[in-house]
This record gives sequence, structure tokens and C-alpha cells, in this order.
Amino acid sequence: MNDFIFFFNQVVVNGISLGSVYALGAVGVTLIFGILRFAHFAHGDMMTMGAYIAFVLASLVAGLGLTLPLPTGFVVLPFAMVIATLIALGIDKGFYAPLRARGARPVTLLIASIGVTMMIQGLVRLFGGVQTRSFFETEPKGLIRIELPFEGVTRPISFTEPQLLLVIVTAIAVFALHFFLTRSRLGKAMRAMADNADLAKVSGINTALVIRVTWIIAGSLACLAGTMLALDVSLQPALAFNIVLPIFAAAIVGGLGQSYGAIAGGFLLGFAETLAVFNWAVLLRPFRDSFPDWFEIPANLALVQSEYKLTVAFVILVVVLLVRPTGIFKGASS
Amino acid sequence: MSLVELRDVTAGYGGAPILKGVNIAIEASDIGVIVGPNGAGKSTTLKAIFGLLKVQEGHVTFRGRDITNAEADRLVPMGLSFVPQEHNVFTSMTVHENLEMGGFTRSDDITGTLDEVYGMFPDLAAKRRQKAGELSGGQRQMVAMGRALMSKPSLLMLDEPSAGLSPRYMMEIFEQVARINKTGVGILMVEQNARQALAFATKGFVLASGQNRFTGTGQELLDDPDVAKSFLGG
Repeated sequence: MNDFIFFFNQVVVNGISLGSVYALGAVGVTLIFGILRFAHFAHGDMMTMGAYIAFVLASLVAGLGLTLPLPTGFVVLPFAMVIATLIALGIDKGFYAPLRARGARPVTLLIASIGVTMMIQGLVRLFGGVQTRSFFETEPKGLIRIELPFEGVTRPISFTEPQLLLVIVTAIAVFALHFFLTRSRLGKAMRAMADNADLAKVSGINTALVIRVTWIIAGSLACLAGTMLALDVSLQPALAFNIVLPIFAAAIVGGLGQSYGAIAGGFLLGFAETLAVFNWAVLLRPFRDSFPDWFEIPANLALVQSEYKLTVAFVILVVVLLVRPTGIFKGASS
Repeated sequence: MSLVELRDVTAGYGGAPILKGVNIAIEASDIGVIVGPNGAGKSTTLKAIFGLLKVQEGHVTFRGRDITNAEADRLVPMGLSFVPQEHNVFTSMTVHENLEMGGFTRSDDITGTLDEVYGMFPDLAAKRRQKAGELSGGQRQMVAMGRALMSKPSLLMLDEPSAGLSPRYMMEIFEQVARINKTGVGILMVEQNARQALAFATKGFVLASGQNRFTGTGQELLDDPDVAKSFLGG
């Protein structure tokens, strides 16, 4: 039983945490693709930038000497999201909108977004330095332990406070997005434009407004995901650049342009990665008496060494694209 | 003052112009039908009115106001509505949502108009929760027309509404168009089925190579032996 709790702590907790980050990132990628029809490569660095903005705000608040019931980085998150959103709108206005006005093709916008990636990376290193930082230098990282009332169970279910908060805000974000897309006039207009941009224009939908709303949602979710990831692990300049490829894989696996697909894809890849690097030998050990004598349980029975866990996302991507070329939720073919 | 008027409109997608000085005028009481051979510039005329391509010369006016090269999100609130020939429904959205999108520019309550549209197309009322992409061609055309009516237009433009439909649906669409016209909505439509369309047109325009060839009431054009010989297949 202790071993199953170990499995839960290792796989379920980490899978949900990683899956939430992937899902929040992939939703932004898929929304931008649906509305603007290009792969926004700079999305990972928008996440990193958001985390740095939150870090700066958290340092300012920490300087005030307040004692907060929640991690400071989490408390300042709404303000960081507003700032990150304004920057996202500025990036669109400064770099992508002029290209759209000239009728640039999606590949041109993709290259432009790689340029934006480098720019953000440069700025983050310039102002934030290259070292790894922690949101928990001045305050302890809360650990939640739940002891199970069963006999012989000594190991508690445990997860960190940032992980719990991450799951809660992801759930809130997903429900809020669902209601926005299915109930609100602008949300429906967003789906309409993703479905058929020409007809949306003919219907009199203000497409410039829809594009702004897209950046507001994608930018704020990127900041949310980046900050929560930094709270969960640590803050460093390559924070989200390292996971931008799995995020794209999640968006494609879910079907590009499909918000629910991106969420499903994010969790699928998050769980697949943690399952693949989990040492399954742990679960065999309780049964070691029932195995024949010649069978020895290997020390490590992980499917993939953790150094190679990035490959898991791509294996799943390749398999899904072979079986269902438009992704699980039947998105736009690229 | 006409509802909509094109004066010597020259327009195209960049490069050589497709319309070379087209003149069209429609009153609110009119059903105007544009016919002509393929490549005559029929659809291009509607797109030029709706700001979907560049008018290089000439003017488009709507109730006397110049709307040359105005964008759709300005035209729809003014009272113009356009049903494209293809890809004219949001396939991933429900019938109801499609209609709601048609009323996007309105700030008042649209439920009354929704009821009117459902009353006009009872088939749609039964399928309001169904995705538009799952409907038959004729039903999609109804969704497309319903969507265009949701903005309460005073000019409804239709690009080949009967394309690819069975004769039964074609007649139903034409009857609906005539009924919409009776409520005071001017109609300007492009039609491939020239004879049937001219039969109920109050104004007919025969275009060829981007220019006006013949203009008259629908009946006049049907009776004109030259029109019949060149454009209606004898």
C-alpha cells in the first residue's frame, strides 16, 4: 500500500501538475492558431516572461514585509497577468499586426514569432540574469501531507501548496474559458472566426476586436502557466522554452484550433511523461515473494530514462498523427 | 434615391479588373437578379458592393451615402447583408449560434428576430441545437439566409442561393426570397438558373465580360430574343 501511495505521489500528482501547465500553454497556442492561423512559437517565452513579471512583483510585495496566507508569487498573479496581457497586445501590435496588414503568409508570422522568442529571451536575461531563482527564498514552500487511516500505511499522500493551487486555477481557467466560448457573444464570435474567418467578417464581426481578445486570453493564461510552473519548480530563463515543444505537441495531439482538445492533449502528455519515467519496479517489490527464485526485480524499470522524457511527447504526437491526422478532437489540418 | 447604386464600377483582385464600368441600381421594392455567363463578373459585383475586393474606379452608394470600399463591419450595421455562395455557414457551430452570429452587430434584443427567422424556416427551428455542418445543402442555405436576416438588413445580397440544390429546394428558396422582399427588403442576387430567377425578378441585369449587356425587368429580358439567344440557351 505504501508503494501505491508512492505511485500516486510520483505519477498522479506530477502528471496533473505537468498536465495543467501543458494544458494552459496549449490552449493559448491553439486559440492563436485558430484565429490567426500561425504557430506562435514565442508562446513558451511569453510564459517565462509572465513568471518573471510575477517574480518582480512578488519581490516588491515581499519588501513590504506582509505575511500572506498564500505564496506571494500566487497573490500577485492577477497583476502579473494584466501586465503580461498588455505586453502580449503590444507584441501583436508591434510585430504581428503590421505583417497581417500586408497579407503575410503564416510561415512569415511563424518566423516573426521566433524573432520575438529571441527578443524576450534576451530581455529576460538582461533584466533577470541567467541564474536560477526561487519564489521561496523568503518564505517556506507549503507541503501538504494527508495521512491515510489504514493499518500499515506509513507513507502519506503529499504534494506542495503550489501544485494544489496550480490544479485549482487550471480548473477555474478551463471552466471560465468554457463558459466564455459557449455563452458569451464575444466567445462565440471567437469560435465563429476560428471556424470561418471570411464569413465572420461578412457577418459584421469586428475581427480586430476578436484578435485582441485572443491575445488577452492567451497572454494571461501564458503568464498564469509560467508563474505556476516557476512556483512548482524554480524560475530560470529557459523555464518554458524547454517545454514549448511538448506544448505544441499537446495542441496538435488535441487537434489544432480545438480548445478542449488542447486541454485533453496537455493532460495526456503530462501523464504520459510521468508514467514513462516512473520506476515500475517499485510496484513489483511488494510481490517479490510470489515471483520465482530466478526472477530478480531490476533496480530501475522505467520505460524512458528521465533525461529523455521529452521524446515521450513526440512519440505520442507521431502515433496520433498516424492514426488521426487531424488530432483527437478533429482540428484544422496543417 | 436608389437603395443601392453602382456607378461605372471598375473592380478586381489587383491585376486586370474584372468589372469594367458596371451600372446597377436597386430600389427597396426590387428583386434584382444578375445573370450572365461564367466569368462575367456576377459574384464580383456583389463582392465589390460588400467591400470584399477593391473598387478601383466608380462609386457605390447606399441610400445616397458613399460606401465605396467600406468594410463589412461598417456595412452590416447600415443595413447590408450578404450570403456568400460557398462556405456560408459556421460548420462547427449550432444552427442557433449561426443565427446569433448574424445578429452580432446589433446591440438590441435579437430574440424577436430569431423567432421570425425560425418562423420563416420551420426546418431550422427543429434543428436549432444541431451543428450546421451536419445539415443538408438546402438546410445550410436556409441557415445562411437566416444568418444574413438576423442583422435586419434593408438590402439582402445572395450569391447563387440555388447552386447545387434540388429543384424543390430551389423553388422554396426563391419563394422565401420573394416573401422577404415583400417585407420591404431589397434583394440583389446572382443566379445560374437564369430563366427561373428572371421569372420572379423585378429588375434583371445581364453581365458579360465585366460589363452591362442588357438591363430591364425580368419579363422584358425573358422576352428579348437577343437575350434568349445569347444567354438563356435559345
